[in-house]
Amino acid sequence: MLLFLLRRVLIVLLSAFCLTLIVFLLTNLSPNLEKLAKSEAGTRITDREVAVWLEQHGHARPLLVRYASWLGLAPAWAPPGRHLPGQCAAAAEDDADAPRYCGILQGNWGTSTVFRGDVATILGVRLALTGNLMLWVMLVMVPSALLVGVLAGMREGSVTDRTLSSFSIVTSATPEYVSGVILIAVFASSMTGLKWFSGTAGSVADKGPSFDTMVLPVTTIALYGMGYVARMTRASMAEVMTQQYIRTARLKGVSFRNVVLKHALRNALIAPFTVIMLQFPWLLNGVVIVETLFNYKGFGWTLVEAAGANDIDLMLGCSVVAVVVVLVTQLLSDLGYVLLNPRIRVH
Amino acid sequence: MDPLGTGAIILTILGRFWPVWIGIAAIFALSFRFKRRLGLYGRLFDSPVAMAGLALVLFWAFTAIFTDAIATYGTLEQVSQMKNKPPGTPTPDGTGWFLLGGDHLARDVFSRMVAGSRIVIIIAPFSTAVAFMVGITLGLPAGYYGGRLDTFLSFAANLILAFPVILLFYLLVTPEIADTGLPQYLALVLFLFPILFLSVFVNARYRVTPGVRNWALLAIGVFCGYVYISLVSEPGTAIAILPAALDAISVPTNILIVFVSVVFVNSPTVFRIVRGLTLDIKTRDYVAAAKTRGEGLWYIMLWEILPNARGPLIVDFCLRVGYTTILLGTLGFFGLGLSPESPDWGSTINSGRRLLTIVPFPAIVPAVALMSLVLGLNLLADGLREESLKD
Repeated sequence: MLLFLLRRVLIVLLSAFCLTLIVFLLTNLSPNLEKLAKSEAGTRITDREVAVWLEQHGHARPLLVRYASWLGLAPAWAPPGRHLPGQCAAAAEDDADAPRYCGILQGNWGTSTVFRGDVATILGVRLALTGNLMLWVMLVMVPSALLVGVLAGMREGSVTDRTLSSFSIVTSATPEYVSGVILIAVFASSMTGLKWFSGTAGSVADKGPSFDTMVLPVTTIALYGMGYVARMTRASMAEVMTQQYIRTARLKGVSFRNVVLKHALRNALIAPFTVIMLQFPWLLNGVVIVETLFNYKGFGWTLVEAAGANDIDLMLGCSVVAVVVVLVTQLLSDLGYVLLNPRIRVH
Repeated sequence: MDPLGTGAIILTILGRFWPVWIGIAAIFALSFRFKRRLGLYGRLFDSPVAMAGLALVLFWAFTAIFTDAIATYGTLEQVSQMKNKPPGTPTPDGTGWFLLGGDHLARDVFSRMVAGSRIVIIIAPFSTAVAFMVGITLGLPAGYYGGRLDTFLSFAANLILAFPVILLFYLLVTPEIADTGLPQYLALVLFLFPILFLSVFVNARYRVTPGVRNWALLAIGVFCGYVYISLVSEPGTAIAILPAALDAISVPTNILIVFVSVVFVNSPTVFRIVRGLTLDIKTRDYVAAAKTRGEGLWYIMLWEILPNARGPLIVDFCLRVGYTTILLGTLGFFGLGLSPESPDWGSTINSGRRLLTIVPFPAIVPAVALMSLVLGLNLLADGLREESLKD
């Protein structure tokens, strides 16, 4: 078990290393850097001045060196003739005090050019907002998806099953940008005149979440993920219900209610558990779409803003967060699957 | 002219789609007639769910084919005074109606939705097919040989899968990346796989009859090679092998990026599915029999294992075309790759969402269109799965 864990952790670390390298490569292409130079030093500068600016700010070094110093494994960039490393210059008062290594491993995530601030602080604030959204999504999505799946899989082929299965096929065929648009049009526009909820969540960042603003974003994300989890649960539940021990329990005279609740449910929930864990990366996509659609100023919205404005440091920061979230959930779902299912014990 | 009422709008729209109805009716009639001779496809007509799915998919396929007959106005045609008008408003010159209203640039929402189907119906199945070729060509040996090859390929596939799709799109589909020519190089690699796949496929089968083999390989080489070079090369960009006169298939760079990135996102999943199926099937007796007969490795993989994995692969193909449709919509929604004027559904949703609470139709119409196509593909996949399990 320990060896299995160690192997998984090593693979995750290697993946994280490769992924950040790829992201670094793709965000630090020469056209990106040229654009950065022009936005920082003035749009009308000549090609020679661009080259000089890049040289002065350490962007002319070899790519791997830049990557290592961004990561904090190589000394940070210091302009020639000075000891002061560029990135952490503001933190230290004296040249001699400035740390030589100054990358994300040392906690320095760089500076955002769009929001004019420290990337780590910005991401912290944004992630808290997104975390809030995700929490509500999970609270709505998981119980309702499990309920729908269990009810549908309980009696395969019944009217309840057909209805609920159709419902989950429809929701999983409706991407967030479609359901979001439809929900806004129905519940927040002048077309139907309902206007029950707010069609934008832009105020959440300043005023905090309210029922009015959160209903539509949460429903939109939850609906898409729900269809998939519900279908998995249904398949798992239907399979369990055909097992011998369920038949035995029924023949012994246990009521249907008790068979479902006490005998079937636990075994049927093993498979959906992994699926739910693996939904996190999917939710991340949903979050980006929904935050853009509803103007909810969280992590996804920040990612879109950063990408649109060529904000290299912020983009890198967002990518690191996204990649870490995905890898950690993969690891957790692997572990959870092993722990939950006694039949799969790794020797 | 008077504005049309709801009933009149629906009737007029149904009427506009007349070539589609004829097409669907013809296909359904023919399929019912020869149902018993059509194998798995014929058995779809036993299941109402599958038929509903097929009807939806055919609806959009025929709409894409007959776009010019169905659309009432041009995709970029602006009619003055029709800005943000509700459905059924007659045009000022009295020649017709904007059946589903006008958008913020006074263009006909209905015609743009119809024209948008063409982009999806062309890109989604083709890019999925290329992704399948990539996934199959790499997944079969990974599953069959195992060992280091498998470890390496699986690691690479998991790396790509660990990227949230939208992040990957934001990294790959930007003007800066287009400047470096990276998408074209990626296309250079990815489009090589269909040729590779076809040649190995034919070679493995006709290895013992060199006469047939050589001609078939030559034909594949010349035809696919030309299509390949013509697809990848584009005058005035990083890769310009062919002069403009010989470049029969001209794919604009932005469409190529969209195509390539969608293939790139889909192939690792296909790879994983094919690898898993191969691991399962390679233990079967008929594979052992082929080995004993002394068949080549690629023959076993492509002519023994692959045909026996077709059921799950066909089902996944349907689902994946649906998923690709969603991805294309996502790209359009974020304004990546496709031009803002393009009538594709994602871009129209994106431009319509700004006025969503006041003028909902320009965004809702393409949204419902996209949803119905994906729903059709999912239903079709469900039907296929049920029917193929009945064997």
